[in-house]
Amino acid sequence: MEYFLQQLINGLTLGAIYGLIAIGYTMVYGIIGMINFAHGEIYMIGAFIAVITFVILGMFGITWVPIAVLIVLAMSMIFTSAYGWAIERIAYRPLRHSPRLAPLISAIGMSIFLQNYVQLLQGARNRPIPPVIQGGFSVMERADGFNVSLSYLQIIIMVLTVVLMFGFTRLINHTELGRAQRACEQDKTMAGLLGVDVDRTISLTFVVGAALAGVAGVMVTMYYGVIDFYIGFLAGIKAFTAAVLGGIGSLPGAMMGGILIGLIESFWSAYFTIEYKDVATFSILVLVLIFRPSGLLGRPEIEKV
Amino acid sequence: MLKVSGVHTYYGAIEALKGVDLEVVQGEIVTLIGANGAGKSTLLMTICGNPRARFGHVSFEGEDITQLPTFEIIRRGIAQSPEGRRIFARMTVVENLQLGGLTAPKERYADNLEQVFTLFPRLKERREQRGGTLSGGEQQMLSIGRALMSQPRLLLLDEPSLGLAPMIVKQIFNVVREINRSQGVTVFMVEQNAHHALRLAHRGYVLVNGAIALSGTGAELLANEEVRAAYLEGGH
Repeated sequence: MEYFLQQLINGLTLGAIYGLIAIGYTMVYGIIGMINFAHGEIYMIGAFIAVITFVILGMFGITWVPIAVLIVLAMSMIFTSAYGWAIERIAYRPLRHSPRLAPLISAIGMSIFLQNYVQLLQGARNRPIPPVIQGGFSVMERADGFNVSLSYLQIIIMVLTVVLMFGFTRLINHTELGRAQRACEQDKTMAGLLGVDVDRTISLTFVVGAALAGVAGVMVTMYYGVIDFYIGFLAGIKAFTAAVLGGIGSLPGAMMGGILIGLIESFWSAYFTIEYKDVATFSILVLVLIFRPSGLLGRPEIEKV
Repeated sequence: MLKVSGVHTYYGAIEALKGVDLEVVQGEIVTLIGANGAGKSTLLMTICGNPRARFGHVSFEGEDITQLPTFEIIRRGIAQSPEGRRIFARMTVVENLQLGGLTAPKERYADNLEQVFTLFPRLKERREQRGGTLSGGEQQMLSIGRALMSQPRLLLLDEPSLGLAPMIVKQIFNVVREINRSQGVTVFMVEQNAHHALRLAHRGYVLVNGAIALSGTGAELLANEEVRAAYLEGGH
């Protein structure tokens, strides 16, 4: 029971991070019907910006944790937004009217480019940072001394994720920008005829998705304390799996899919073999694609018009 | 107000409009009739810059808008209820109308909404319903209402009567007359229902194979032998 509870806490934390990345996949898919294969790299860049900013802040002696974390989050979101914008501008917009394969390939190229670019600038070795937020609660203690702990950092990750997802859902459902975004998802021609700047809306979708991935990058940096230029690949594919599991194109689906993937990974590692946790995750992807291609909360492709 | 001169529009290699010239004057209702595939809808879309004219010019209130992006054209005071109505099926009636009001001043939103609901009381009853669940007539009302939410000076209507029961067609044409008379909205309307359209319109054009073949007042065209033979006596 105690062990289960501990894995639940760990799984939810991991799931929150995947969920934030998955939103970017699902939003971009929703608006242009294509997977942004460079999205995992955005998350990786977010993590690197976090490390760099922590180091710079340390040099200036800004070590008060709340301020430092806020500055790191802001810097990471600003930079990843810029990268997200650039990816759309370079890899997608020029190919908007090309066959679908073309932007797919250019996005993969973008992904490889970004990996190598970070490797070149930052080196191929691991980047560790000292723990920023330490301590936590002991939720429960077993007779043999096993402790169920909930760290402050885990609380911060989960709360911040819930706040971001809540805010983001409100943005999509209740603001003019959100309405324009949904209009473009459904019918770009008509959105244009109503005065929506379709290109700008697509850009903003990339930017917002990238900013959320940036936050996920900051979280992972603080959570694991070590990153490298390659983390975007696996995390990206897992978040993509989360988006597919939840139903690609569906916002609540991405959040739910992220949490499910986090839980599956965490419980599999705990009760089975940790070496095969990725096999478990991707088996889920295969099963979902076979038995429920539109995902748990997704819409079937056929629609009455 | 709207001037189309020598417009050629292509879909890939296919020339859909082969040099169209026409003019719509402030305060008029002008209709464009023509057979299926003559290029009527293409002309309305070309006015809105999607697709853009390859040759020729479109000007609105003296400004050349041929090369402007669609959203810029719309922001200058043109609205369109397009072919197929293009309601946002997964959004509610009110959300569709809110999107229509995107380019209008925010403080006018409540008044504009009220005005649309006065013109189409059915929309008020269905305000929280999703667009995809409306009947054809209601979707047409929503499509026109959505266009009116932007307070356009020029309203483009693409076959507002298509597929609707005669009663509803009559109602919709009455609304078109109403917004033209009392709100001074200029209307440029594409129709296959030539009889109704020519009676409603001050002037009309006949589009054949991507070019204007005839023009005149509504009454003149109604009396014209060729028009009668081609568009009026074939079942209407």
